[in-house]
Amino acid sequence: MNLVTHHHTSLRDAWQRLRLHPWSNLFSILVIGIALSLPTGLFLLMSNLDRASNSFAEQTEMTVFLKTKTEMDAAQALADAVRAEPGVRRVRLIPREDALAELQHSGLDDILTSLTANPLPHSLVVEPTDSLRVRQLEQRLRQHPEVEAIASVAAWAQRLDALKTFGAALTWSLALLLSLALLAIIGNTIRLQIYAQRDAIEISRLIGATDRFIRRPFLYFGALQGGLGGLVAIILSGGGIFWLNRSVAELAVTYGSSFRLANLDLQTSALVLVTATLLGLLGAWASVAHTLRDFD
Amino acid sequence: MIELLNVTKRYPGGHLALANCDLKIARKEMVFITGRSGAGKSTLLKLIGAIEKPTSGHIKIGEQDISRLRRDTIPFFRLNIGMIFQDHKLLYDRSVLDNVLLPLHIRDLHGVEATQRARAALNKVGLSNRERSRPITLSGGEQQRLCIARAIVGRPTLILADEPTANLDDDYATEIMEILKALNDSGDTIIIATHDQGIIARYGKRRLVLADGSLS
Ligand SMILES: Nc1ncnc2c1ncn2[C@@H]1O[C@H](COP(=O)(O)OP(=O)(O)O)[C@@H](O)[C@H]1O
Ligand SMILES: [Mg+2]
Repeated sequence: MNLVTHHHTSLRDAWQRLRLHPWSNLFSILVIGIALSLPTGLFLLMSNLDRASNSFAEQTEMTVFLKTKTEMDAAQALADAVRAEPGVRRVRLIPREDALAELQHSGLDDILTSLTANPLPHSLVVEPTDSLRVRQLEQRLRQHPEVEAIASVAAWAQRLDALKTFGAALTWSLALLLSLALLAIIGNTIRLQIYAQRDAIEISRLIGATDRFIRRPFLYFGALQGGLGGLVAIILSGGGIFWLNRSVAELAVTYGSSFRLANLDLQTSALVLVTATLLGLLGAWASVAHTLRDFD
Repeated sequence: MIELLNVTKRYPGGHLALANCDLKIARKEMVFITGRSGAGKSTLLKLIGAIEKPTSGHIKIGEQDISRLRRDTIPFFRLNIGMIFQDHKLLYDRSVLDNVLLPLHIRDLHGVEATQRARAALNKVGLSNRERSRPITLSGGEQQRLCIARAIVGRPTLILADEPTANLDDDYATEIMEILKALNDSGDTIIIATHDQGIIARYGKRRLVLADGSLS
């Protein structure tokens, strides 16, 4: 009970101190919020990219386009050869006539009727047994002289994966860097606070205050400032995704998709808030430990 | 019981403030320390309050040798002492009530209980109607009484008052002395540094004279 009222008192003191210099404190909270919203926003974009690419990754099929001069017999022979390759589950030969017919159904018939000859090659749709070996299979298929080009979603997904690894590394280094910036901002704010409270600290010590007692309100102040900065970061990055989603929705409609960017969930928001609060606490701690030593 | 054994205090600048002082003060005693300005009165109180450390010698309070206190135990020792500073040492950016609440917060007392005790202390020194004021708006006598309220609110058993009536009109001085006298009557040990001979004569308590750092 006493502990509760006591923490309540400290928190109220910290809040009052915050309101004592509303503009400068608002400014540091905004700076903290912006600093934190960068990694948070990047994290959100990356997890959305993840979500989008996961839906491709399951599509391991690849389409092997043969050279246009390849005859049907040769195409058939190649289909059989590929079927015999390891790691291949199924091979479907799509004759150039079928490909053209399918294209005509897709609404491009205006352009196509103006053509005198069928420009499309025969193609094979190859379904691998194992989504992890898609790249190797693709490379082996390329070695057949009849093969002109290979379109593979999985290969794209793998390239995307590499991009995601890079994005994740970027997110974390940005988070680390900006956390350090946040520590510095809060540390500096607290340092100024301590100097402004110099008399109060000295007097409190004279009448029996322990270091813990002196430290406490500053720690609360740091945690409060960090937490409020975290809140700003949540609002900024959440609002950013919300705003982006309007363009995404428009874009998705033209592809007949209802894809939307996922926004901050409760867990991530809580993580941002807790991290920001802890960073604030840490910055305050370091600053208090360092600054109070000067007063002895 | 307070006991000083051969205490010498030399300030870092080399100035000798107290030289080979011996002193015994019993519990519940009220003692005046007098002497010219610069004689070492404040220094003596600061040594007893563990605000300064003696250069040599021992200061014992009860069984404790406070010249040997570790830095982190000093705060706990100070909780037993109510100190009235010559220069007040009030927090001018906080209300009168908040100034009196500070020693209670330091003792981990909060909330209604703390507020009640702070108000009781303010009532004792006749400042009940000023609890929302800033100390700067108080008269010299009122500020001095606020110092007393802050010193007694934690219920210390030893009160060290450094020139509590300095710069005060006679009426105010008498008021302050009456409060201290009442605290002594209720069992507190009180040490008062003052150069006001009139007051010392009026109360007829034990009187120690400091001259150039030596007690007599
Ligand atoms: N912190 C200090 N540093 C150096 N000299 C001091 C300090 N405090 C007091 N003194 C010197 O010690 C002597 C005693 O001072 P003080 O105890 O304040 O005397 P009093 O309270 O009797 O006027 C004075 O000469 C004063 O200048
Ligand atoms: Mg003095």
